[in-house]
Amino acid sequence: MSEGAVAENPIIQVRGLTKVYHAGDVDVHALRGIDLDIARGEFVAIVGASGSGKSTLFHILGGLTPPTAGTVTIAGKDLAGMTNAERTDLRKATVGFVFQKYNLLPTLTAEDNIKIVEYIGGRSTTFTPEFQEVLRLLGIVDRMQHKPRALSGGQQQRVAIARAMVNKPAILLADEPTGNLDSQNSAAVLGLMKDLNQRTGQTILMITHDPEAAAYASRSVHIRDGKIV
Amino acid sequence: MRTLLSVLAIAVEVTMILTLVGVSYGTLDSTKERARGVGADVVVRPPNSQVMSALSSSPFSEKYIPLLLQQPHVVLATGTVIQGIGGFDSITGLDFPAFNKMSGGFTYASGADPANDDDMIVDEYYARQKHLQIGSKVTLANHQWTISGIFTGGKLTRIGVKLNVLQELIGTPGHLTQIYVKLDDPKYAQQVVDNLQAALHDDQIYTMDALTSLLSINNVAMLKDFIWVVIAVAVIVGFIVVFMAMYTAVLERTREIGIIKAVGGSSGLVLSILLRETLLLALLGTIVGIVLTYGAQEAMKYYPGNLVQETVYLWWPITCAIAVAGAMLGAVVPAIKAVQQDVTEALSYE
Repeated sequence: MSEGAVAENPIIQVRGLTKVYHAGDVDVHALRGIDLDIARGEFVAIVGASGSGKSTLFHILGGLTPPTAGTVTIAGKDLAGMTNAERTDLRKATVGFVFQKYNLLPTLTAEDNIKIVEYIGGRSTTFTPEFQEVLRLLGIVDRMQHKPRALSGGQQQRVAIARAMVNKPAILLADEPTGNLDSQNSAAVLGLMKDLNQRTGQTILMITHDPEAAAYASRSVHIRDGKIV
Repeated sequence: MRTLLSVLAIAVEVTMILTLVGVSYGTLDSTKERARGVGADVVVRPPNSQVMSALSSSPFSEKYIPLLLQQPHVVLATGTVIQGIGGFDSITGLDFPAFNKMSGGFTYASGADPANDDDMIVDEYYARQKHLQIGSKVTLANHQWTISGIFTGGKLTRIGVKLNVLQELIGTPGHLTQIYVKLDDPKYAQQVVDNLQAALHDDQIYTMDALTSLLSINNVAMLKDFIWVVIAVAVIVGFIVVFMAMYTAVLERTREIGIIKAVGGSSGLVLSILLRETLLLALLGTIVGIVLTYGAQEAMKYYPGNLVQETVYLWWPITCAIAVAGAMLGAVVPAIKAVQQDVTEALSYE
């Protein structure tokens, strides 16, 4: 992906993003003026140590928490000034999440974990041939009727990736997707994400502290003390 | 387990209401049935007597009977004397030959009308509750009686003895508590009542239809109030149980609620999931409560207390609505907590 493409067609555009948390009487400056462009179809790793602000960036880009100042545009939608309901709609249609702890609903099967997201997104809960292909790529076709407790960590994370992709989001946000996996499963999950990015053109933004994981991305952005470095 | 306990608690709430309503209706309807079973068209009661209270005074002289028999259309008149023995129960002294002529007589499952002065007849329901058989000895109103007959219910009283014996026993010889009058044609009942009322100003004179129509929940102030008190208690119980159950559920599912919200689930969706779960709890509780009510009804047949419980189908939907309302009320605060949960905090909840 060339820098030119990024500049011309950013699916994510962040300008002067700051986030201040109030912890009692203390203001915590988690983000201190982030500028970031990510082009459609990119697989970008945001790399930083614990406390660098990368998770805050993830939460803001995902519409989970509002920014304090600055602009964030995702697929043409400006997150600044969005109401809670508008941010809910953003999560429903524009963003797909993959969490470190998988966050599958424990009482539902893998299939229902995916279908509930389709249902929430107001889509038909019948898997399209295109999505069946994604399930095949992820290697979880035969695990669909299992509940999360019957799946390994790697399998749960693949189900979580499928869940994040089922509504064809503009971007897939992954927060330390291999943080709970052993090295073999980590490599498999990262390989699959790279494969999905290349085959389907899915834009992926991955938060990680691990340079090895970041190496799977097509571009790495480093963050330290709330700033891009 | 929590769900099971919630359903059970709501079921107890439902049983509480349905049993109380069932006993209220049962007691009134059995009283009504027994009054109708007399076969009288008009009844003369003492002044200031309440419909459901046990009559205890005996203000009428037996001399009323021949006077009543002289009235137009009156073909039979017989008096009774009543001695309360606690609760809704009472012993009725009967002039058996006259009463049998009016009502057609008791139908006995075993035994017969009292032959001796100490003989007593009881209905099957009372006999079953008190484990009585023909020949059993019973002490009531400070007197020992021998069971001479067990009759099928629905006729005036549940415990009957000879009139003159009870009059002597309670110190009112020659006096009656109330008088039943049979006419040549029931259509003259109101006319006879009007004539008698003109002659006997203070006494309460009713057609039998009017008297039985007074035997309803709405005419017994104490019962009506009591039912409302029980309903209020039941709603509070339902509210507390569901509040605790749903509050715990929301706490336990903080992470799940966070996941639903993270993937785009709206506050409305979270709210509807919780309220639907509450509704399901209330409906299941109502069904189990109805089953438990049948159990209470069955148990009541064998335990002393002399209560009759009816199944009042009309109150099923009413009680269901009460259970649902109490449960929904209990779900409000936990639901608000769930809706207001911050997604990022919920997702990091362990």
